[in-house]
This record gives sequence, structure tokens and C-alpha cells, in this order.
Amino acid sequence: MKIAVLAVQGAFAEHIDKLRKLGAECLELRQRADLEQSFEGLILPGGESTVQGKLLRELQMFEPLRDRIRQGLPVLGTCAGLILLSHKISNDEAVWFGTLPVCVQRNAYGRQLGSFHTEAEVKGIGRVPMTFIRAPYVESLIETPDAKICGGAESLTPEENFPEQSGVEVLARVEGRIVAVRYGNQIGTAFHPELDEDDRIHEMFLQMCREKE
Amino acid sequence: MSEDRYALNKQLAQMLKGGVIMDVTTPEQARIAQEAGACAVMALERIPADIRAAGGVSRMSDPKMIKGIQEAVSIPVMAKCRIGHFVEAQILEAIEIDYIDESEVLSPADDVYHIDKRGFRVPFVCGAKDLGEALRRINEGASMIRTKGEPGTGDVVQAVRHMRKMNSEIAKITAMRQDELFEEAKQLAVPYELVLYVHDNGRLPVVNFAAGGVATPADAALMMQLGAEGVFVGSGIFKSGNPAKRAASIVKAVANYQDSRLIAELSEDLGEAMVGINEQEIELLMAERGK
Repeated sequence: MKIAVLAVQGAFAEHIDKLRKLGAECLELRQRADLEQSFEGLILPGGESTVQGKLLRELQMFEPLRDRIRQGLPVLGTCAGLILLSHKISNDEAVWFGTLPVCVQRNAYGRQLGSFHTEAEVKGIGRVPMTFIRAPYVESLIETPDAKICGGAESLTPEENFPEQSGVEVLARVEGRIVAVRYGNQIGTAFHPELDEDDRIHEMFLQMCREKE
Repeated sequence: MSEDRYALNKQLAQMLKGGVIMDVTTPEQARIAQEAGACAVMALERIPADIRAAGGVSRMSDPKMIKGIQEAVSIPVMAKCRIGHFVEAQILEAIEIDYIDESEVLSPADDVYHIDKRGFRVPFVCGAKDLGEALRRINEGASMIRTKGEPGTGDVVQAVRHMRKMNSEIAKITAMRQDELFEEAKQLAVPYELVLYVHDNGRLPVVNFAAGGVATPADAALMMQLGAEGVFVGSGIFKSGNPAKRAASIVKAVANYQDSRLIAELSEDLGEAMVGINEQEIELLMAERGK
């Protein structure tokens, strides 16, 4: 099984190490030509969402990837990756893929002095170490997509924007705040599973990729 | 600093990898840098080329000016303090800077001691010309390293020299027998544990960026191909003809540093590069500050 990892900026090497350890093949996505190879899942790593989003667009990877995510490509977005997936950012006008019906707040814990490490329960997995680096969190779940903020998807119906019937599942909370969600084949975490020894988030993602196959 | 905090600080540097950190002197420049794809900005009153031209003592920037930049952008904001000036560092920590650069670009405040960076909660990045300097800074608590290069010159030769030197020293240690590491630690004047880490992992224990003299997309890609994990661009951007375009091109060149066709395209029509000074013409070697 081959997993594509967005590799334009950020901590992509850490995800690749994890995936290789778990027996998956990896493909670095740096430009449009890389999308011609086949892959069964996508990881959007931590880093700066403004940089990654801009490079996705300028290197012409944005639309093909967004379309594949809408069509059900399994995707794991961590920190900046969660921001790229989110339908709305409460403290930023930008919207990137917008495929995950949640509203996130960027830098929600403040500057670097607000970064922290903890442990919390993740649904179906158990207690997991969590590293938050200038992290966002999910402020609220979105039930109906806002046509105005659909990042180029103005003409889509609500069903086309959010095709999954089941809605967003909250996977984890820390001090009451939502820090991990799943919607269809999209998993978003506010923390960085690639930075800790624990492999279970990546295993859950790979399991999702296998089920999709 | 607790171990947890130090780990978090090293991890913030990991998030910056593959990115470009740009020197800015105003909120407006900070916005241009963020728009162009900077993964962080370095807030300072004067860019190194102007510090060099102005001469005199160069100090930490006005906290008000730094706060203005913090408000202008959502990406991490770094700022410089003088080598050894721990009170400037305390001030930067008090305004919740994301990263402090204990920098040879400013006039050193202490000609013997660097800041005890372990005593701080905010992270530090420090410059290094070789492996010994890098490991000494790490031992003092730095959670990120950059080559010193020669700031404010637009001449990449020293950044190249420092990166190659570090790489060859790392390769040498990797090839050593384990019982030779004690002597190596003594030669480098660093703790054995850090040398052992380099021996076992073939790399520094923290992220290593290139800095000092990077002026073009090709310079940035050169440093990446030599093993830098990201690039600082100081005077190179806002001393050039078209800062926004040059900045965006350097960002893309770093993301695709091995694609020469793309870098060729990115290098077209960038307007005038910063004029630059050759190494031999420099009167003040900033890289010689702090060993």
C-alpha cells in the first residue's frame, strides 16, 4: 500500500518514518507530476498551513487533491493538516480544502509558550500521547456548508460538499476541547502523532486505507 | 527548562523544516513575507546589510516594533538578542516571542559567555561555523542551529563552507569507533553524550538551517542540496528589486530544491538581486563573533 505525504514544507519526514516502520510505502508530494503515481491514502503533515496551502495552489496540486478527498481518498491531517482540511477557520479568512465540516481556531493555545504535551483518550484506541505545537483546536462542528467559504466550491450542493451521511465523529477531547475528529475517510488531529513514539493513530489511518481498498 | 519544554521547543523547529524564515523590519514587510510563503519571520530593526553599513553597536530591537510584527502575522515570530545578553533574552521571553536568535549579527554583549539558554522557556536558535560550535550551543540549551554564513553580504560562500564543514565533521564522527568518541568530545569541548548522539544518528540532535548570504532561489536550493533543513533569508529579500516575487521564488525553490527545471523558471525576471559584498571586501566578519 502506498501513502502520499505532502512534502512542500513541515514535518513530513517524521510521518514518512512512521509509515515505513508500519510497512507502508511512501510517496513525497512536491509538485503536480507526483500526483501521477497511484496512492491509497494521503497525509497532510504539521508545519505552517499558510505556506503549505499557498504551495499546494501554486504547484497545481490543490484541485486534484481536493477532488480526490471529496471522492473518499483516506486522509490524515495533523495540526496544519487539520487546518487545511477544515471548512472554516474562525480567526482567519482563508479556507483551503474545506472538505472537513468543522470550524477550527488557529494558534488556539497561543504562541510557543502555550505549546504542551499531554495524554488523552482517543475513541477506539485508548490513551494516546499528544504533542501540541502552536496548535489549533476544533471550535465547533458544522452541519451545513457555507457556500461562500467553500474555497472554489460555490456551485456544489451541501450533499456534494459533505457527502457522508453520518456527520463528524469526535475522537478526542483535551480539557473539553475537541482535538481529533473523523468524518468519512478524513481524520484530523490538532496534535502531532508523528512526534511521539506511539503508532496507533497511524495504524488507525492505515486500517482506514485498507478498508477503503 | 524542563525536558518537556525543551522537547517542545525542538519540535517547533521540526515544524519549520522545508521552510524559509525571512528578516523583516516592519509589519508591512512581515505581511509581504507571510503572503510570499515564509514559515516564520525574524523581526529586527535593521537588516544585516544595513547594520553592516551603519556600523556602531547593534542591539535588540524595540519590543514595541516586535509586538507590531507579532500582531501583523499568524506565523511564528523570531527576534534577535546579542550574544551573552540574557536580559535582552528575558525581555523577548516576556513578550512571548516564538524563537530567540542569539545572534552574531548584533554586537556581542559578552565576549566569553553565551546565554545559559537552559534557564529559559522560549526556544533559542544559534549560529555555528562547525560541529563544535553547534554542539556547544546545543549544550547551552539551543533547540535549533543555523550556519552563521556571513550575514548582510549576499555572498553565500561562508554558509556553504560552514555547512560542508559541519557535514564532514558529522561524517567523521559517524565513522569512528565508539571508544574514540571520548577524545573527540574533549577536542570539540562538548559533552560525550552529544558526540554519541551524532555518532549514532549521523546528524545534529536539533534541526539545522542555512543562514547568511542567501540571496537567490539557486542559493537556497544549493544550501538544501548540501543538507540544510530550511533556509534563513536576511537582507537578500528586502534589499532586492522585487521583494515579494523573490521571496515567493525562494520559498518554491526550497520546496523543490532538486528540480532544476523549476528553479530555472523561478530564477527568471526576479529583478535586481541585492548588490552584495565579496568575502574579501568585508571589514567586519560577524561569523567570528561567539565561538
